[in-house]
Amino acid sequence: MTPDVTDGAVTGMAGTGDRNGARETGKSIDTLAIRDLRLRFRGYTETTTVLHGISMRVAPEQRVALVGESGSGKTVIARAILGLLQLLPGAIVNGDIDFEGQDLTGLTTRAWRRLRGVRMSMIFQDPTSSLNPVFTIGEQFHEVHRRADPAIRRSVSGDRAAAILEEVSITEPDRVLESYPFQLSGGMNQRVMIAMAMANEPALLIADEPGTALDVTVQDQTLRLMRRLVDSHRTSVLFISHNLGVVREFADRVYVIYQGRIVEEGPSAAIFRDPRHAYTQALMAAAPRITGGGIPDVSEDEPAFLAPREVHPPEPTPTGDG
Amino acid sequence: MKRALAIIRSSVLSMIGVALVLLVVLSAIFAGVVAPFPDHRGAVVDFTNFNQPPHWPNIMGTDLVGRDLFSRILYAYRTSLVLAVVVLVLAMPTGVIVGLVAGYFDGFRRHALMRLTDVFLSIPPLVLAMSIMGVLEPTLLNGMMAVTVMWWPWYARLVYNITLAEREEGYVLAAEVIGASSLHVMFREILPNCIPAVLTKMALDIGFVILIASSLSFLGLGVQPPTPDLGSMVAEGANYLPDSWWLTVFPGLAILVAVFGFNLLGDALRDILGSDQ
Amino acid sequence: MTDRLLELRSVSRTFHLGTRQVRAVNAVTADVRRGECLAVVGESGSGKSTLANLILGVLPPDPGGEIRLEGEILPHRRQRRHRQAIQLVQQNPLSSLNPKRSIGASIRLALDVHGIGDRQDRPARVGALLEEVGLPADFATRPPAALSGGQRQRVAIARALACESGLVVLDEPTSALDVRVQSRVLALLAQLRAQRGLTYVFITHDLSVVRNIADRILVIEAGRVVEVGDTVNLFESPRHPCTRRLISAVPVIGAEEVAFRERVRGLAEGLQEAAGGTG
Repeated sequence: MTPDVTDGAVTGMAGTGDRNGARETGKSIDTLAIRDLRLRFRGYTETTTVLHGISMRVAPEQRVALVGESGSGKTVIARAILGLLQLLPGAIVNGDIDFEGQDLTGLTTRAWRRLRGVRMSMIFQDPTSSLNPVFTIGEQFHEVHRRADPAIRRSVSGDRAAAILEEVSITEPDRVLESYPFQLSGGMNQRVMIAMAMANEPALLIADEPGTALDVTVQDQTLRLMRRLVDSHRTSVLFISHNLGVVREFADRVYVIYQGRIVEEGPSAAIFRDPRHAYTQALMAAAPRITGGGIPDVSEDEPAFLAPREVHPPEPTPTGDG
Repeated sequence: MKRALAIIRSSVLSMIGVALVLLVVLSAIFAGVVAPFPDHRGAVVDFTNFNQPPHWPNIMGTDLVGRDLFSRILYAYRTSLVLAVVVLVLAMPTGVIVGLVAGYFDGFRRHALMRLTDVFLSIPPLVLAMSIMGVLEPTLLNGMMAVTVMWWPWYARLVYNITLAEREEGYVLAAEVIGASSLHVMFREILPNCIPAVLTKMALDIGFVILIASSLSFLGLGVQPPTPDLGSMVAEGANYLPDSWWLTVFPGLAILVAVFGFNLLGDALRDILGSDQ
Repeated sequence: MTDRLLELRSVSRTFHLGTRQVRAVNAVTADVRRGECLAVVGESGSGKSTLANLILGVLPPDPGGEIRLEGEILPHRRQRRHRQAIQLVQQNPLSSLNPKRSIGASIRLALDVHGIGDRQDRPARVGALLEEVGLPADFATRPPAALSGGQRQRVAIARALACESGLVVLDEPTSALDVRVQSRVLALLAQLRAQRGLTYVFITHDLSVVRNIADRILVIEAGRVVEVGDTVNLFESPRHPCTRRLISAVPVIGAEEVAFRERVRGLAEGLQEAAGGTG
């Protein structure tokens, strides 16, 4: 809302200098603030309500998880933040989404293009579908860099790409930059995709079930890399997942979503130590334990799942188990 | 069904498509009732009223031997539609079977069938039809045959591509693991998943078959006089442009209405059938 | 002898990718005991799905290996009775049911192919199978699109039951499902095994599921069996690095689980330092 922050959000794409400036002036300004987001879809025969007033925030450098089952509306929220939902015919969106203090409603297509892939970027579930098979990794990095700086030279882009690839533990970045996605393994593509999402030093990274298309060991690796990268680049993350275990490992703060409503929110440690909402409790009870104990008994959906949201107070010390 | 109507109603183009197709089909069916001069579909000569611009009761004018153009166009629709339906009824199943077999089996069957298809696809359709018509008598029946021979490979290609994708689906594996026969897998499991695309293509193709048949008649290779046909009417009238414009403009518009209508209907069908999930 | 329902004897499968040869399954020898749930675990690309396809007879094994069912060598071209004996539940219930056929038709196919029951009785049998997996019998007329993911997976299970097979290969049957749905489907699978005396080959990479459903575990890495053991023993003292890696990568939620996993992680790291390997 202060002019310099808004400026920072729009022009702050060329490097870390602008970004640090934005952080200093905007210490108290959330990277992302969603207030009372409502969404209805007008179908051919009826209108369905998908989101019943979602409010959530992501502070600078915070890792926030949105956890819920399929159909809960969690992916739709990501699309709304990226401004993709508003383009769908039949979608009726109400509520505010503020990104670094700037209201995103009514943004022009041009302004969106300066945000998407620059100040906010996204990692998808399946790496192979988001990398273009007909361009080399280097060409795709150049394309991404050009979104922030249209005049950037190929060589400069290559150097920057190589640097960030090294950060995701790719030992031969030059060889990878010359490769096509199909020449790399699934795990490697996943890392390339993370590096690419971070290429323009975004303020917010939205990760939709990253790595779940692969197996547990690759998923584990992916999460560690992502965590390291966002730590060193001080990026805020909105992490969308249905897997409670993954959320516990990754997030500082958790929002639990059920049928388009936030039912519980709070610091990650508090929620896992003391789940208060009936739905959160049911979700946790349903996960099979690696220590045994048999297959959990799972009840049907209960009316209590629609009870008002539980909010945990902030914890004094930041959490995380390194 | 309710959804289908809702989709059609929500799109102006779909409504226009349905309206035009209904116009064409009803004209063809009720030509005998609607046409002011039903006997003008045949060899009638009226030198008292020939080559006249539109006037009452010949609302689209008369042709060079004095026949009512409007009546002849209505009957020409009947010829065109019968031709298009017969062609598609022959070409579609041939192409579908070839495509299913080539897509489901690999090895010799696939290569033999698909190379055969490619041979037919590589010859320009009009050239193929013209050479067939050159060898055979230029009759309506042979015209249909010629168009059929050049039409089935498109269905083979379409169904082949869908089958290649569908046979990777879990339900095909499930049927195979159960021990179902290849015939069952092809015709009961995969074929139903090809039908939406095939129906859409058929709707689009009716327009194109009418167009190709008209082109053949325009070249003198299709329907023979005195049977009314849009292509030959345009060809005949073209010699008298621009003075006797009605001789070409009205049959030309009639072709346009039919082709445009079926294309819009095809697009609407694609929306309806493609969105059932 | 009666103890072993399925025997794999040095079963391999090589794929030719251009000039390269990839041995996806490499000389696997293993037994599946009657009535047990044997989990086959491994990372993606380890060859566990190829192994499933070899057991199902969808792929023929390389010459030299053999697969025996109740002592009888299974031919490469399976006969109808061999097909009836081994059934499959796939990972993705969205793809495993034909979107254009009713779920009743999908289940009934098994009855028709194997001539199970009288023709007139088959609709009733389909209904009974649906009820056995916890769905109303009148679902038979519905298309798969009208069902939720968990319901579809129940239909896929009903279809596998329809063949009256003794052995069911479960290929990641719950990894596409939400956690609450997953647990219900797992409970159903456990219940059906007890009621029908089924034998399961459960293919997965999810060790927390394995821990709660499998009797024995077979760990596969790069096409080879690297460790086999009873579930409890294998979790208490995993010996091969691959097993330890798989256990220590599992995302967990409880404090007890974290402690357990840290212990295995310690083992895995200690092993890396010793640069050794067992199994």
